[in-house]
Amino acid sequence: MAKAAAKTNASAMPSTAERRPALAGRSVSATGVKLEITPPAERISLRAPEASLAALSKALGVTLPTKPKTSATKAGRTALWLGPDEWLIIDEAGKDPLADCAKVAALHSAVGISHRNVAFSVTGPAAAAAINGGCPQDLSLEVFPVGAASRTILGKSEIVLLRSGPDAFRVECWRSFSDYVFTLLSEAASDAAA
Amino acid sequence: MLLIRCPYCEEERPELEFRNAGEAHIARSTNMAGESDDDFEKFFFIRSNPKGVIYERWRHMHGCARFFNAVRDTVTDKFIMTYKAGEPKPSKLPKNSNEVVAK
Amino acid sequence: MSGAFRIPGAGRLKQAKAARFSFDGQAYAGVEGDTLASALLANGVHLVGRSFKYHRPRGFLSAGAEEPNALVQVTRDAARKTPNVRATVQELYDGLAAQSQNRWPSLAFDVGAVNDIASPFFSAGFYYKTFMWPKAAWKNLYEPKIRAAAGLGVSPDQPDPDHYAARFAHCDVLVLGGGAAGIAAALAAAESGASVMLADEQAEFGGSLRFETGARIDGQDGFAWAQGAIAKLKAMSNVRVLSRTTAFGYYAQNFVGLVERVSDHLQNPGRDLARERLWQVRAKRVVLATGAIERHMVFADNDRPGIMLASAARTYLNHYGVAVGKNVGVYTANDSAYAAAIDLKKAGVNIAAIVDLRDNPTGPVIDEARALGIEINFGRAVVRAGGKLRVTSMTVQPKNGGGERTIPVDAILMSAGWTPSVHLFSQSRGKVAFNDETKRFVPGTYAQDCVSVGACNGTDGLSATIDEAYAAGAKAARDAGAKAAKGTKPKVDAGESWSRGMLGAAPGAGPDTTVKAFVDFQNDVTAKDIRQAVHEGMHSIEHVKRFTTNGMATDQGKTSNMHGLAIAAETLGKPIPQVGLTTFRAPYTPVTFGSIVGHARGPLFDPTRKTAIHPWAEAQGAVFEDVGQWKRAWYFPKGGEDMHAAVDRECVGVRKTAGLFDASTLGKIEVVGPDAAKFMELLYTNPWEKLEPGRCRYGIMLREDGFIYDDGVVGRLAPDRFHVTTTTGGAPRVMNHMEDYLQTEFPHLNVWLSSITEQWAVIAVQGPKSRDIIAPLVEGIDMSDEALPHMSVREGKICGVPTRLFRMSFTGERGFEVNVPADYGQAVWEVLWAEGQKHGAVAYGTETMHVLRAEKGYIIVGQDTDGTVTPNDAGLDWAVGKKKADFVGIRGLARPDLVAKGRKQLVGLKTKDPKVVLEEGAQIVADPKQAIPMKMIGHVTSSYWSENCGRSIALALVAGGRDRMGETLYVPMPNGVIEVEVTGMVFFDEKGERLNG
Repeated sequence: MAKAAAKTNASAMPSTAERRPALAGRSVSATGVKLEITPPAERISLRAPEASLAALSKALGVTLPTKPKTSATKAGRTALWLGPDEWLIIDEAGKDPLADCAKVAALHSAVGISHRNVAFSVTGPAAAAAINGGCPQDLSLEVFPVGAASRTILGKSEIVLLRSGPDAFRVECWRSFSDYVFTLLSEAASDAAA
Repeated sequence: MLLIRCPYCEEERPELEFRNAGEAHIARSTNMAGESDDDFEKFFFIRSNPKGVIYERWRHMHGCARFFNAVRDTVTDKFIMTYKAGEPKPSKLPKNSNEVVAK
Repeated sequence: MSGAFRIPGAGRLKQAKAARFSFDGQAYAGVEGDTLASALLANGVHLVGRSFKYHRPRGFLSAGAEEPNALVQVTRDAARKTPNVRATVQELYDGLAAQSQNRWPSLAFDVGAVNDIASPFFSAGFYYKTFMWPKAAWKNLYEPKIRAAAGLGVSPDQPDPDHYAARFAHCDVLVLGGGAAGIAAALAAAESGASVMLADEQAEFGGSLRFETGARIDGQDGFAWAQGAIAKLKAMSNVRVLSRTTAFGYYAQNFVGLVERVSDHLQNPGRDLARERLWQVRAKRVVLATGAIERHMVFADNDRPGIMLASAARTYLNHYGVAVGKNVGVYTANDSAYAAAIDLKKAGVNIAAIVDLRDNPTGPVIDEARALGIEINFGRAVVRAGGKLRVTSMTVQPKNGGGERTIPVDAILMSAGWTPSVHLFSQSRGKVAFNDETKRFVPGTYAQDCVSVGACNGTDGLSATIDEAYAAGAKAARDAGAKAAKGTKPKVDAGESWSRGMLGAAPGAGPDTTVKAFVDFQNDVTAKDIRQAVHEGMHSIEHVKRFTTNGMATDQGKTSNMHGLAIAAETLGKPIPQVGLTTFRAPYTPVTFGSIVGHARGPLFDPTRKTAIHPWAEAQGAVFEDVGQWKRAWYFPKGGEDMHAAVDRECVGVRKTAGLFDASTLGKIEVVGPDAAKFMELLYTNPWEKLEPGRCRYGIMLREDGFIYDDGVVGRLAPDRFHVTTTTGGAPRVMNHMEDYLQTEFPHLNVWLSSITEQWAVIAVQGPKSRDIIAPLVEGIDMSDEALPHMSVREGKICGVPTRLFRMSFTGERGFEVNVPADYGQAVWEVLWAEGQKHGAVAYGTETMHVLRAEKGYIIVGQDTDGTVTPNDAGLDWAVGKKKADFVGIRGLARPDLVAKGRKQLVGLKTKDPKVVLEEGAQIVADPKQAIPMKMIGHVTSSYWSENCGRSIALALVAGGRDRMGETLYVPMPNGVIEVEVTGMVFFDEKGERLNG
């Protein structure tokens, strides 16, 4: 930011501040598991009663799932059921779900949390075993199928877990827990590979 | 580690995701400011501590984040049933399917 | 040749590679596949340890995890010293170094063995009876001496350099025990399509098939069948096979803890491999196939090295190819010891005699032994063993008395029968039942979805075991929801079968009270001790256990429990089931702390939370402090400054020009919905309905009891949207508290809460120059005092990124809190810092923040309050909405004690000597001359040196404090009484003019 600082003076408008995501560039590869930081995404925490779901689904372009532990994805936008009136919307297509919800008159709460969360992709045949190094849920395909999503625990941190493929998961955690979650997943990945 | 059925997630989930939240069915008065000292004492300070069936609140803290109610046996530590917050105290309990079974 | 006692052609390690090892510094040769026990026995070494209490020489009792005697230390390097390793479990690797324990100066000559001679002092309950006087001697003399002389091994004295892994797992069917029963159950369940986990504590599967020569299954030798079945199971995708894995604890709802020893058997495990892995398994069904443990005979000096269980000798011979002696005696009360004698005899070992306590037993093994020319003595007892460091003879006598005969031997094999291993079943809260006919406790009433099969269920015979186990495995799979077609049950062609035997003391165990006939080898408990406990009034088996220590500690009564119980029952004159069995506790065998801790050590012990701006502070050399899980910049020392110099400079800098402070850790909650204001009215003491959008208010949150729970500045962004801040430490519990009320007490309100603590990085810019620093960088916000007065909030842009800009102050200066999305936090900070440099601004940490707020009398919840402080006590009555009909805490505030006179109130304190800084937590008295204990009327909650005031300042909770303005009070300290004057809480800029300065 030295450049921006140098240019700044009382009359000139500053240039845009640089975005510095947590843990940028870190990744770990073990036999059977690859752990990577996913690129920044747009996210909102969406809360709404049942009566508003149709309108919100239409505005968001993805049907909000109402079944526990499920998700729905369309055009780079995923809606994860977190609770009976709570969804995590993740947009990886660079569009702003907050703006889409702002147009909806039906009762709801949309709060921007794009920077609150950091996401990891955990992929490979030992991905589930690596996550089970700290997560107590049953991650077999029968119980946690592709598309399943849940808020849960990883060691001493809360995470949101989404299964994006038979051997692929997305792990979301709060920004300040990301170092812990990454380190735990790295250790668990090397053990899952052993 | 116990398994607890979350009535909102509609499945049993590991205890690590939950947090106990004290005794259930202690309603806050709609006329709180008008409560007598005795009534306030009962509401805020007095709790039952039964040996056997207890009605208690849990929160699926690291899951759907909902508070809900549970009926648990404090002797066997077994959950008899769980139900959503706001639902009335069950008048009849289901027969405890987990009860010790003779082989 | 790996040892003189290795028999050519015997055992299964013939092709194995040589492995050199050492024991107590002496070098030996073994082979890979050996245990430390089998390798030592192959070299003729029986003496491996000294006992816990009497320091008696001890050898190997068993060939498995039930071993109570052969506990050694295994040393890999200076940091890797593991005490209490069972030599019968530790696998040999090339270079293994082991040492004996609990002896000084040497294993063969141990000074502590004087305890054996002095044993009348150490009889049952000696801890409770002896060494009582003089009282002081217990702490200073007796206890340290006894502790030094007793005990098991020595703890490592360096941090454990190994790492440990953990895994949660789920399966349909968990099979515990990998003998014939466990393998059959696992096969049936796996073939039914269920997901199966099979665990066994040994390196190789097979259980008793490792030593039974008479077992044939599916046309193969039993052990070979087991290996084939395991290979088949391992190849199935729905099966996980875990060897070297002990199920140590069985908890609620089929939650079972397993420890897998991953690398203790490897010569060079390498850095990457965990030493152990903890499996926390949730199974729909559990099949217990934990087998049975052979019991020893209880007779005089039955602990001499060379005396061991018959099945152990068979294992050493048939699996490891090792003879446990050259001239072996056998003492038995059941058939299984005959098989051992027969196997050894066939391998060329002389069997001196079989002594059988039974009168006239018959059966094929007895016939076979006789046919081999082995001397058999029925109705006789071994009344004593000769030898000290190694057994040299056994003295035989008719069991009802008569002439003695001493037979020279170098080993004695014993078998009193088999005890079903019901440890895990018992841990599952199942109730055992006593079978009077077979004298066994077997699983009776089940408490969980599990089933016991084979020997642990009291099922005798290989054929019956496989039938039962296979059916149980298939049923468990079915009950767990598996649907695939069944496979084929293994066919048993031949098998061995042992039942019956005896419980309790054999004739050689007394009644003479000088006899040491051991019941529990590990805890040095003799038959006499148990009888004595009963005579001294311990009539419950639980009391007997604790008085004698029988079956306690790591042993958990594997070999001792039934004998101890039978002796107690006999002494009490009661039937065994009426005396009852003690509860088996987890862990089944000791579990390392490492495996319980797992990944949670070092940086993974607890999450360390850092803000987006943390890297900048770190680069500036900030000193950090822990606030909950957060690391916060405490102060920024410059050029060799100590903390006080740095804080003084920062404090002055903020008030003189400006300071930048990272406030990102403050809890933040977005409250959204048409009923947001209504909800805020209920959760905070303040009124909110009339707060205009764009304005802020300092809010106080109470618990229902009326005491302060949290506080923070709340900004109203829109009629239906509030940006609430909480204390750093209070963020999670405040969110929980708010959710609790919203979900369960006020669910009718249309409002939702979202945590945004980590969405926003927060940069506090405070001081007279703060606006000058920020203004050039801001877009879309009018920064004038008219447009943006103190306690207001605007949304706009700063440095080109979105901001929620609060005008607020926790310093008493003109101030702002710049919220930007977290990933922009550091970049925006750097721009603000560069701008601030033009004005001479400082970066300040939490210590300066504390001092500046104390100069203004602003409280910190949790420091100046402690859960017993009301808003009135804290001088914050103005923040309680007097016209409100309800809020959380409204009724609590009206409780008699909370409105009583004389409550402790928060006030300021000035020391008479301005240079003296009080200690936080120091007690305050009105009269320093009163007698001790003095009446304490309050305590100091906050205290600092204030460079801006040129003196020390303090806040304190003092009884009736606000009525004591100007009074002198006293703070008695170890080196003198400090005089203080009670003052108001504001020490700097009392009129508050600097907020707009």
